Parts: sequence; structure tokens; C-alpha cells
Amino acid sequence: MLKVRVHGRGGQGAVTAAALLSHAAFAEGRHAQAFPTFGSERTGAPVVAFCRIDDEPIRIHEPISEPDALIVQDATLLHQVNVFDGLRPEGYVLLNSSRTLDELGVAEVRTGRRPDRLLTVPATAYARRYLGQPRPNAALLGGFAALTGAVSLGSVLDAIRERFPGPVGEANAKAARDAFDDVAQHRRQLADA
Amino acid sequence: MLSQIEGSLAVARSVMRCRPEVVAAYPISPQTHIVEGLADLVRTGELSPCEYLMVESEFGAMSACIGASAAGARAYTATASQGLLFMAEALYNASGLGLPVVMTVANRAIGAPINIWNDHSDAMSQRDSGWVQLYAESNQEAVDLHIQAFRLAEQLSVPVMVCMDGFILTHAVERVEIPEQAEVDRFLPPFTPRQLLDPAHPQTIGAMVGPEAFTEVKYLMHAKQMEALDQIPAIAGEFEASFGRAAGGLVRGHRIEDADTVVVALGSVLGTIEDVVDSMRADGVRIGALGIKSFRPWPAEEVREALAGAGRVVVVEKAFAVGAGGIVGQNVRLALSGTAPVVFDVVAGLGGRAITRASLRGLFEDVLADRVVPDRLHFLDLNTELVERELDRSRRGLIGAHAERMLRDLGTAGAGPY
Repeated sequence: MLKVRVHGRGGQGAVTAAALLSHAAFAEGRHAQAFPTFGSERTGAPVVAFCRIDDEPIRIHEPISEPDALIVQDATLLHQVNVFDGLRPEGYVLLNSSRTLDELGVAEVRTGRRPDRLLTVPATAYARRYLGQPRPNAALLGGFAALTGAVSLGSVLDAIRERFPGPVGEANAKAARDAFDDVAQHRRQLADA
Repeated sequence: MLSQIEGSLAVARSVMRCRPEVVAAYPISPQTHIVEGLADLVRTGELSPCEYLMVESEFGAMSACIGASAAGARAYTATASQGLLFMAEALYNASGLGLPVVMTVANRAIGAPINIWNDHSDAMSQRDSGWVQLYAESNQEAVDLHIQAFRLAEQLSVPVMVCMDGFILTHAVERVEIPEQAEVDRFLPPFTPRQLLDPAHPQTIGAMVGPEAFTEVKYLMHAKQMEALDQIPAIAGEFEASFGRAAGGLVRGHRIEDADTVVVALGSVLGTIEDVVDSMRADGVRIGALGIKSFRPWPAEEVREALAGAGRVVVVEKAFAVGAGGIVGQNVRLALSGTAPVVFDVVAGLGGRAITRASLRGLFEDVLADRVVPDRLHFLDLNTELVERELDRSRRGLIGAHAERMLRDLGTAGAGPY
């Protein structure tokens, strides 16, 4: 079972990201369970959502405390919430930022982990380019597909287009594709290094 | 159709397949997405003919359902928490009049302190209202139970509540099979009302009944629920034959045949419990789980039979009777009276506190090692230090609100489950 935790801020679409990921996995014939936590919901407040993906039906209903993968939609959360809490040693991290982990001051997360699984991607920049809005959600899912291989880019794009039909979906799909390429290239560089 | 869909929207589509003619509701978290979904299906015409009434309150919602049902329409509503309390008076009218209204309760805690998250305090507070109470352990079962609920309600002329855990199920996006219209039509015939208000043929429903017959009317309510003990498994059996999957019934056991210890629970925590049971079984522990699917009527015989061979019974429930103890626990004790098993009452998951596999496993191991005292109420994962500090402040005569002081003690700026 792959356990994913999404951290974002109210309005960035953490709940939608987890749901879209579950749709992509479902389209590949797998079982997936996406669920949010709800708190004092307001724009900008820290938000967490979860997604489990498995080949077997999923019957448990508890929050994910030891994630295999993290998607962090907002780098400013790094110094407010312990986003890495419980992350498994072999875990993946995809962080929305145009800066590196070192520049963000969280280089220590690499300790004991595979560096090619801990990446940043400028998802907001891709979203701005195609959507004209700072909504990093879809781009991050494209990057997530490249980072983990847990779902294919095609399934992610289908899920995005199904949720947002028309031009909004197409723009998000382009942002997702660019983020996928970015992360894939980044991983190749790290593998070659 | 097999869909990856939010639980609330899956339930809305399932209710649509049941062709309600009146939906009257007032939105309240975590029920909101269900009634929004239905409002949308009425707006688009997918659910037609159906009148969607946006009423002014939950009391209005249940009253409108009572009126609609008495006029011969299939009526549905949904609510949660304080909303259910607000309709309490009308709940008793629906059951007392024998009107087959179906309602979803998206289970949520009751304040104060105000809390929007899941537990079973709401439904449990209305357990003696004369409504049948069915509890779903998954979104698939929630979908399937609604179809069975309309059948049961109309067969017996009794209102039925389908309880599903708020947020945990209502807001979870999962794989759900939503039955086709033709399948549901085959299973659920059109509503033939047993009593009907018709202006052309005036008659009274809801007459005042004095001591000469009040007991007898109430007796009939009880008799109908006892009859439901036969109907519920029959309907569940027919459902399985017709839809190809099991759902509902009175109780469902998981690895209880040779179990020394059986965990009893209802709702979505059952899946988590079964996971723990399987991992302890793998370590050689003879443990099992019993899911209560129908809490009202209470299937005393089935519970007794399922638990007869156990030495220990651990009841894990998301509500309790303040000043008395467990609610499900008391019912289990009643069912087991005169038999051997020792019963442990454990309250868990109040106000959205996550019930984790780690906590459950710790609890079951404590029970097996005789570290838990039976016959008293236990609170899973209780922060005893926090409670002790507050009791100490009270003893020292400090004046102030408990809830706010405990939040300050924890250093919590804003309430939240994470």
C-alpha cells in the first residue's frame, strides 16, 4: 500500500489533489482512498489530506501517520508544520518551490534518505504560465507521477481533465506535463551524478 | 456503475435510485454534500419527479417529511449532530405515526464544546425514538443500506435511519458500485402507503390517544421493531441475491468462530478493527470482531449467539451515557446476561479523535494481559495528565471555563483534528 499525505493551505486544493490522485489510481484498476482532515477551514490555514493506493480493497479508516510520500503545496509550511513527521526512511517528498531543499533550509531531511526521492518543483510557476493563476495542484500531481511512478502521467491528466472539463483542465494538464518532465529530468541528473 | 466517488455523492446517487418524491433538508456539516448532491440531481432533472424543499430548520425538514409521507410520497432527509437534536420532537412523531421516512445521519459529535467531527453521540441520543438504526461500515455499505432502508421502512411502516460516520465516510473518496436504476427498481417497488391523507376523502392521522389505548399503540411500535429483526436479514439476503454483494443484516462476525476475545463495534471503525484482528491472528491470538449492523432493533439473540463462545468481549463505541457507562456496552451486557463472557466497555473516537490500529492493538493486548479492569468505563487514548491538571486547578478553586483552559494548557491556537 502506498500512503500519501498532502500538505497545503486552505484554497490551494490539497483535498482536491488527494481526490485526483485517487481517481488516477482508480483508472488504473487499483483501490484508492482519499480523505481530508477538516479543521477551522479558512483560506491560508494549514490543511492536510490523505490518499492510500493499494491492489487490495482498503478497509482501514485512520489518518496516515507514516506516509510513504509527501506532497507539499506551500514551502512556507516548512517552518510552521512538521510536514516530515513520520515520513518513512525510503519515502518520497515533492515540494512546490523554485528553490532547492538547501535554499529552503531543510537539507537535513536528506539524512538517511535517497536524495533522488526528495525533490522540489516550481509547480506554481507552471500553473501561472498556463493557467494564469497560482494553483500548483495539477502540476504537483504531474511531478508526483514522475517522482514515484505510482500512477502514470496519462492517468493523472485524465483525472485532471475529468474534474475540470474545458480550457481550465487543458491548462492544468499542460502544467502537469511540464512538471512531470521537470521532475523526470531532475531524477535522471541525480541518478547520473 | 463502478465509480471513484465521495461517500456523500455516492449516497445522493443511491437515494436518487430509490426515487424519493420529496426531499426536505437543511444543510449541516458533515451531511451537507449529500443534500447538495440531491439538490443538484433535482435541478438537472436526473431525479424527477421529486420536490426538493429547502426548509428553514431540521425541525422543518422532518415535519415536511412527515407531511409528505402521510400524503403518500416517498420522503427522505439527512442531518447530523445538533440538527438531529433539533428534529427530535418530530422524530418521535414520524415513528409514532408509523411513517416510513428514510434519513441519513452523517454521524457527528454533539456540543458543547462545539465540535464538527465524528462520533456517534447524535444517533445514540435518538436510539429510543422508535426509528430503526442501521450503521454502515463503508461507503459501499452506506449506498446499499439506503436501498434496503426504503424497502424495510415501507414494508413495516416504520422510519429508518442510516448512520454513516461523518467525514470518515461522507468525505472519503473511494471505489463504490452505484446500482443501476433497473436493478433498484426490481428490488424496491413503488411506495404503496398504508395510510393516506387525501382531501377528497378526509381522515385523521395523529389523533390524541388517552390512557385507554396509548400503551397499546406504543406496544405496536415495539412489536414492529421486533418484526424488523426478521425482516432485516431477509431483506439483506434478498439484496445479496439480487445485487451480488453482502450488505446490512443484523450482525456480521469476522473470525469469531474460535475466538476467545471478540471486539464489538459499529460503523467505519470495523475495518480498522478487522485489520488489527488479522494481524493479531497472524501472531496466534484467538481474537475476532463482531459488527453491529442494526442497533435498533437490538438483535439480542444474534449478539448472544455470536459471543457465546468468547471469554472476553471488548465493546468499542463512539458515544457513552454520561454518568452511567457504555451504551452499546449496556446492550451487549443485557444480551449476555446469565452467560460467561466478561465485558469491557471502551469509549473511543469522541469528537473526531482518530482510532488508530496502534491504539486498538495496545488496548486488546492490555485486555488479554488482564491489565484492564472489567465493569468500568475506559476511555481510549485519554490524556489523563491533561485531565488531572484541570482537576487540580478546579480543586485549587480557580474559576474559568474547562474547555478553554484545557486548550490553553495544550497550547492549541485553533481546534483541529491534525
